[in-house]
Amino acid sequence: MIQYLSQNGDAVLAALRQHVVLAVLPLLLGALLALPVGYLAVRFRWLYHPLLNVSGVVYAIPSLALFVTLPFVLGTRILDPLNIVVALGLYTLALMARTVADGLRSVDPQVVAAATAMGYTPLRRLVAVELPLALPVVLAGLRVAAVSNISLVSVGALIGVGGLGALFTRGFQLFWTAPILVGVVLSVLLAAAADLVIVLVQRALTPWTRASAGRA
Amino acid sequence: MDESPYLFRAANWDPSRPGSIPDLLLAHLGYTGLAVLVGLAIALPVGFWIGHTGRGSFLAINAGNAGRALPTLGLLSLVVTLMGLGLTPVVVALVVLVVPPILTSSYAGIRSVDPAAVDAARGMGMTELQVLFRVELPMALPVLLGGLRSAVLQVVSTATVAAYAGLSGLGRLLIDGLALNDYGRVVAGAVVVAALAVALDLLIALVQRRVVSPGITGRGLARSRETAGTRAAVAGDSADRRAPAAP
Amino acid sequence: MITFEAVRKEFGDGTVAVEHLDLQLPAGQITVFVGPSGCGKTTSLRMINRMVEPTSGRVLLDGRDVAAQDPAELRRGIGYVIQHAGLFPHRTVADNIATVPRLSGRSRREARAAAGALLERVGLDAALADRYPAQLSGGQQQRVGVARALAADPPVMLMDEPFSAVDPVVREQLQREFLRLQAELGKTIALVTHDIDEAVVLGDRIAVFRQGGHLAQFGTPQELLERPADDFVRGFVGRDRGFRGLSFTGAGDLPVRPVAERVRGAALVLDAAGRPTGWETADGTAPTAGTFTAADSLRTVADLALLSPVGVAVRVDAAGRADGLVAHHDLVDHLDARRARAAGERV
Repeated sequence: MIQYLSQNGDAVLAALRQHVVLAVLPLLLGALLALPVGYLAVRFRWLYHPLLNVSGVVYAIPSLALFVTLPFVLGTRILDPLNIVVALGLYTLALMARTVADGLRSVDPQVVAAATAMGYTPLRRLVAVELPLALPVVLAGLRVAAVSNISLVSVGALIGVGGLGALFTRGFQLFWTAPILVGVVLSVLLAAAADLVIVLVQRALTPWTRASAGRA
Repeated sequence: MDESPYLFRAANWDPSRPGSIPDLLLAHLGYTGLAVLVGLAIALPVGFWIGHTGRGSFLAINAGNAGRALPTLGLLSLVVTLMGLGLTPVVVALVVLVVPPILTSSYAGIRSVDPAAVDAARGMGMTELQVLFRVELPMALPVLLGGLRSAVLQVVSTATVAAYAGLSGLGRLLIDGLALNDYGRVVAGAVVVAALAVALDLLIALVQRRVVSPGITGRGLARSRETAGTRAAVAGDSADRRAPAAP
Repeated sequence: MITFEAVRKEFGDGTVAVEHLDLQLPAGQITVFVGPSGCGKTTSLRMINRMVEPTSGRVLLDGRDVAAQDPAELRRGIGYVIQHAGLFPHRTVADNIATVPRLSGRSRREARAAAGALLERVGLDAALADRYPAQLSGGQQQRVGVARALAADPPVMLMDEPFSAVDPVVREQLQREFLRLQAELGKTIALVTHDIDEAVVLGDRIAVFRQGGHLAQFGTPQELLERPADDFVRGFVGRDRGFRGLSFTGAGDLPVRPVAERVRGAALVLDAAGRPTGWETADGTAPTAGTFTAADSLRTVADLALLSPVGVAVRVDAAGRADGLVAHHDLVDHLDARRARAAGERV
């Protein structure tokens, strides 16, 4: 493993870099799009259950199936990284839209009522009260999305764009475990790192949850 | 030669022909069923034991996260290069993916049971096994089935990838189609496997509807005015328990 | 009868929940364990059905050491009611009530058939049998919890804060019905509460626990109110002890004045049947503020005397005819004399 790394350091690094981009870009895009969608599903209650169902169906579609179908829908080439970004962005959107909705629904209605009574306009209330209070739930969902994105990117190697997944296909073709082990370890470490970053962000953004956890 | 799209060619639906869509579908279901059964046999007793006793909960809580972080293609390639080609290595890899979500959800399901109900059960003279099977398990079902759904989708998805390691199953259409530049075949594979995943998802939801007590889901219960609040809360809770699966 | 013999319970983390408990719970009566949180009252209760095992000492049920009995078997013979009822949400009300009979091997049909009668016994409509717990109010759930505990007709019942989770109005109603039920059934009951008022209302005997698992005092409610063992019990029993204590003494031997007597410048006005209608005073007429009978407590008499515009309580017979008067100073004299007698007896 060490030997493989020392001889192929540059290639591994390039794969890692591609892996990060392919995982993080759709994560951010999907999460941003999920904010308005999740909000609408709370604002218009009848949208909530359809959202759950659509989100469930999208999430059920196997990743490889989505990867190979998108070129026909988007008109892209099969080797275009855009396919991966769009596919993972869709998964992220599906998961995060319902997470945002659940997060907003988890906010104590009495707090919302109090904010309204003190004269918050709906938009300011959303930004200053409801979204911050929904953050713990939303960020918990983001952790799941980040970790599964990172694990899914490598499937893209089967259509030629898969970050660390290239190490898996290479190892498989040569029947050689070293590159595969390197890829698995790096992928898991990357997932753990992403998870840790989000946990730290959450700590910084929601000091009040720590206070109550300390007391309990 | 038939010029209609791959998905609609009659020959491709002839179950007696090896490599036909029904043949591949059956193989796909076979791998999925086998891996899920073996995974359940391993994870359920452990999850129940941890949930019931509260011992080793660290393991159960983190199993789900760790499982999600494992790159499926990497796992598959690793097991195959270590054990060789064939059915067993692939099923082993799939089982490794089934265990974490089942372990976590069976543990979490048991832990989610109202401690007062467990205390009452014990206080009325149930043995530990009776407490587990008559009280904890029925109440843990919604969470547990959420985990099962997650696991099944994960396996259906990864079994598709398994075609890469030379196995049969619907992944064949995708992998072979890509290799042959036969995009009709690729699309056919994608459509059928996606339909299979969604159908299995619905099936589990249906099973959940049948086996979970209406006292827990609140489904179909008459609404009495004074308890409407409690009922709604219970129903909302069960909807939220449908934890996301991994594609 | 339940007996604690030198029972001590120390948990794994070194906290002592119960320290050398010697206690006898009389058969057929309600014994209330009361005290602040962390005083070991619930731990003591749970040692009776082996939900908690004592570190040392013995708990005897009708003379037999519970530690020698199979826990599941033992518990099926002891009713168990807890704070939030602990109903099984996945089972209907009838199936919840049928739990222990089913565990003991009775058929589901038979056990469910008995559930209807039990529901009515605890004041619920038998039509609720096929509902699920989530469809019931908190008070209804608590009643079902009691019905479930009564299902196997156990001679002993353990109740841990059974009425604490419901609102005060429902709680009072449940307490009243519980006492009515106990008057019919005569179970041996151990009941835990943190509420001294509930203890005084429900208990034939009260065991007051103090932090660290010490038994501070064991006695009847009256003894507790009139002669608290120490400052802890005095503080725990709370204010108005003297006044609340009056509720345990009947007005039967309270001397009364004749109805015709003019007391504190007022005369009682009667209707044709001899029932009191009001007071005739120098300033005009005034209402009586209510009446008492010989069966009422001194607390009722004191209350009426204080409320009466002329400071006099009116006693009536079973037909509601006035048959005696008690001025508030008469009551004080009576209590003085009683105290002097009690002091004489103790010396």
